[in-house]
Amino acid sequence: MPHIALPEGLPGITSGFAFRPETAKPLRELAEVLLRGPSSLPSAEREMIATFVSTRNDCYFCQTSHRAAAAHHAGGNYELVDAVRFDYPNAPVSAKLKALLAIAGKVQQGGKNVTPEDIQRAREEGATDLEIHDTVLIAAAFCMYNRYVDGLATYTPMDNKLYDEMGAHMAHEGYTKPAGNAAASA
Amino acid sequence: MFRPETAKPMNELVDVLLRGPHTLSPGERELIGAYVSARNDCVYCHTIHGAVAAHHLNGNEELVGAVKRDFEHAAVSDKLKALLAIAGKVQQGGKDVTPEDVERARREGATDLEIHDTVLIAAMFCMCNRYVDGLATWAPENPDFYRQRAAKIAAEGYTAVTAAIAYSTTSAA
Repeated sequence: MPHIALPEGLPGITSGFAFRPETAKPLRELAEVLLRGPSSLPSAEREMIATFVSTRNDCYFCQTSHRAAAAHHAGGNYELVDAVRFDYPNAPVSAKLKALLAIAGKVQQGGKNVTPEDIQRAREEGATDLEIHDTVLIAAAFCMYNRYVDGLATYTPMDNKLYDEMGAHMAHEGYTKPAGNAAASA
Repeated sequence: MFRPETAKPMNELVDVLLRGPHTLSPGERELIGAYVSARNDCVYCHTIHGAVAAHHLNGNEELVGAVKRDFEHAAVSDKLKALLAIAGKVQQGGKDVTPEDVERARREGATDLEIHDTVLIAAMFCMCNRYVDGLATWAPENPDFYRQRAAKIAAEGYTAVTAAIAYSTTSAA
């Protein structure tokens, strides 16, 4: 049961979006810029950072929907996304992405946990300042989205097929257009 | 401004949540933001939002300090105390909010919209605090810097003040 009277039948964050359109707009736009806007980091990698942070925050709705979005950006490769979620140091991703995931994991704990050495490592692996900035902000933004979704105890579906469809919509249509069935968004 | 594309929706979110039309006063909403930022030990955020809260509350910096330190014994309404308790839970993690926390807020007269916005304000500050400290940004020490900035924010809003700062930084460069 959600803590407040959210519109029924809408999963996760979409019920909060429907409840409060004034805050939904900037929340959707921020996700769109961070995860799908022009960037030297592919959307698959940015969605993996979001999935990883949401997994660390134990937010079922966010980690499962963004896992699906990441997989849809990565040719349907759920195995790769799960490798990053649970054990990124041994996942088959670039050394640069590993260094960025290490920064994201520090931000999830608290901003002050990021050390000059973490940044140095990312730079050595070729990360730009903009990539480091966006990694910090993606991790920080998901510390917001995760708390919003769980802090209201929003409805969390358990149907994997639904998440796969949501992920396809998030990856291909984006975050500013609600899905026809209102089921897909951040 | 390093990244105007992300600054735009972030400032819009802050303006809607802290300054938009509401049954909670801007002073009360800024107190929630300052409290969460203090719990996250983000010096810049808890100082500037504390200063904005004080500006809205007739300059009562003492009250702001009392809320940050021990809100249950501060001179604020029982409703705001119940909302601050929810904000403190969100700061720890969304799942920490219990039906009892929400029940207490309802008993003290909080509406669903006020509870929703308290959760989202607390969550938003968990983002802003991590953003500010995760990049190790500069935090001035002079309290007058925060008082002056707070007066501008209270008068003009976050979007306008951020744009003005970006412009003056660009012009100075």
